[in-house]
Amino acid sequence: MNVPTKTLSLAVISAVALMGCGKEEPPPPPPVQAPPPPMVIKIGSVAPLTGGIAHLGKDNENGARLAVDEANAAGVTIGGKKVKFELVSEDDQADPKVGNTVAQKLVDAKVAGIVGHLNSGTTIPASAIYNGAGIPMISGSATNPALTEQGFKGVFRVVGRDDQQGPAVANYLATNNKPKTVAVIDDATAYGEGLANEVEKTLKAAGVKVLPREKGTDKTVDWKAVLTKIKGKKPDAVFYGGMDATGGPLLKQARELKMTAVFAFGDGACTDKMAELAGAAAEGLVCSQAGIPVQASGKKFLDAYKAKFKADPILYSPFTYDAANMIIAAMKKADSPDPAKYLPALAASDHNGASGNIKFDEKGDRKDAEMTIFTLKDGKITPLAIIKGGKSLTLDEYAALSAPAPAAAPAQPAAMGGMQGMSGMAAPAPAQPAAMSGMQGMSGMAAPAAAQAPAAPAKK
Amino acid sequence: MDILLQQIINGLTTGSVYAVVALGYTMVYGVIQLINFAHGEVVMIGAMVAFSIITSLAGSGMPPLAIVLAGVMAAIPACMAIGYLLERAAYRPLRHAPRLAPLITAIGMSIILQHAALLIWGRNPLAFPQIIENPSFSIGSAAISAVQITIILLSLLMMAGLSWFVYRTRFGIAIRATAENVHVASLMGINANRVIAATFVIGAGLGAVAGVMYGSYYGIAHYTMGFTLGLKAFSAAVLGGIGNIAGAMLGGLLLGLVEALGTGYIGDFSDLCRWPGASEGMGWMGERCADGAHFVVFGSNYQDVFAFLMLILVLVFRPSGLLGERVSERA
Repeated sequence: MNVPTKTLSLAVISAVALMGCGKEEPPPPPPVQAPPPPMVIKIGSVAPLTGGIAHLGKDNENGARLAVDEANAAGVTIGGKKVKFELVSEDDQADPKVGNTVAQKLVDAKVAGIVGHLNSGTTIPASAIYNGAGIPMISGSATNPALTEQGFKGVFRVVGRDDQQGPAVANYLATNNKPKTVAVIDDATAYGEGLANEVEKTLKAAGVKVLPREKGTDKTVDWKAVLTKIKGKKPDAVFYGGMDATGGPLLKQARELKMTAVFAFGDGACTDKMAELAGAAAEGLVCSQAGIPVQASGKKFLDAYKAKFKADPILYSPFTYDAANMIIAAMKKADSPDPAKYLPALAASDHNGASGNIKFDEKGDRKDAEMTIFTLKDGKITPLAIIKGGKSLTLDEYAALSAPAPAAAPAQPAAMGGMQGMSGMAAPAPAQPAAMSGMQGMSGMAAPAAAQAPAAPAKK
Repeated sequence: MDILLQQIINGLTTGSVYAVVALGYTMVYGVIQLINFAHGEVVMIGAMVAFSIITSLAGSGMPPLAIVLAGVMAAIPACMAIGYLLERAAYRPLRHAPRLAPLITAIGMSIILQHAALLIWGRNPLAFPQIIENPSFSIGSAAISAVQITIILLSLLMMAGLSWFVYRTRFGIAIRATAENVHVASLMGINANRVIAATFVIGAGLGAVAGVMYGSYYGIAHYTMGFTLGLKAFSAAVLGGIGNIAGAMLGGLLLGLVEALGTGYIGDFSDLCRWPGASEGMGWMGERCADGAHFVVFGSNYQDVFAFLMLILVLVFRPSGLLGERVSERA
């Protein structure tokens, strides 16, 4: 008796359920027009967040995060809809293999744009993946020329190239220190080796003798054997293409071996960390960055960064901040987060950011990128010269060039790039608030640069 | 000649650090045939703890030597505790499991320790404070610093101490008995668990000292520093004959010397333009080498290749390592 009852009841329930289905045949009334949830636009950020240069990677990520958070706070509307930007941060461990994996991951996650990667060695292979997926990418720190020589439409960088940076630091060395023999060391990465090659080429062209290349890896801390060998050949200067985590021990050990040569490093090892890692041995180091000094970036950016992350920007965060802002600005201009639609707007950007005015050339490189030569003085890297358009300027001159000179005669058109932001600032209220984050940077431009000026060494 | 001397000094110093770390691998392997891959991370923690103590005491007006000693004295028990915990939590439950299982937990523990250090000490490379004056002494034009002398002497002292402990004390006898056969040793009334835990603790304590040596020599401490160091020290232990205390020391020193001399001379030896007759030779070699140019086949980037090539050769011809024949007497 039990079984049939159960079967019966099941049948009844099914029937009722079916009838119920039948009853709801007419489409449900459209729900009351609630405010639609904001459209989420994902922006990828890739940098090494673990490993030897994780501090630089975090700095890059922070720059992009600041830009995204500011855009969200200001509220952005694209295509008539309110949007929320989401930063998807990935760790490439400074390893090209991992870099490609996370690049594919970001492509699969349908990010609309990429800020990154940090190292040239990871950026170049990953750029092919982004290009294949049609996703634009802007690197805030990859300086190897090969990145933008691949003919990819959506690949940009907001820093200079090593074939600008290498000659800049090599020429500075050749003219100011007049070495007869130079030893060149690199860390066997795409960045370190590429930069060292450029330096070697320039030095040789200037008639300086260059010793056979010495190499370590991007994890080497024991440089004693290499340095001892170099010391035996008595070079007047040593150039190292690599990052600060390896460059610090290199410099320290060189002084322990009583080497007296002048040391020159590229941008990867041009941070205040050098003084910390190498101690007194770091004094007098010459180094270059492929952009303007961090201290000269927009005050608004510096303050916001410090307030948000309780730390000072280290190296390339102003550039990743600009890169993220440029992607957001291009989306607004094209009124679409679709990469294919906003890419032309991105390529045509004219952005006044924390690192100055940015325009791209047809390859995707930054036009008229500045190079800065620093020396390490009293434990801080101190700008010696900013090289812009083939001219060497002191920090004061650069500040004067980019600052508004209200009383002075009309500024030269060349300086206008830096000033457009300023005129915008004169009447901040009417300007679209969303565009502010990019432009406010410029107002600060002059202030920190000027503040920095007294600290800069008086060039004789 | 001075350069050769300098390279030997460099090699002996790094070799001494490798050797002390290798002692930790060899102790544990000798007793339970486990390769404790987390040992490199224990060394790193030692450097980190010493870093924290030394930086926090640096401004306190204590004499610098006392501060460094305090750093070492804090690092040793911290590492010993970690060594004990590793054994207790990760290896003891798996002692009778297939041999692959503890190997994998060892790698897991290594990753855990590394990331714990990342959380505690952060991602930045830390500048190991140099609070004691580090004078350099000149031998000809070669230089040897007080830190280098201390590292070389201290590592020899530690090896002598460990040998004495293993071969001349009652507990040492227990360790050797356990190494020979755990079950028989237990039947003889030896508490095998205690002995095995002790080898981890002793190895970790030595590792702590090695970490401080490394930090003060290179002036840098970083949460990833244990990995390469551990790999090199492990190679040194295998080279010397894993399970053999003197072998670990010999392997470490040899590896350090090969690295330094290899880096120093491979480039010059493989510079084809320096070979007799190259510059006056005909064809492209003559052109390539004109005006004192160089044509280097193997640069200093091959230093690791030569260190590991030596390891492979030794293992091919002496599979148990240089001093590894007395397998039955391993510590």
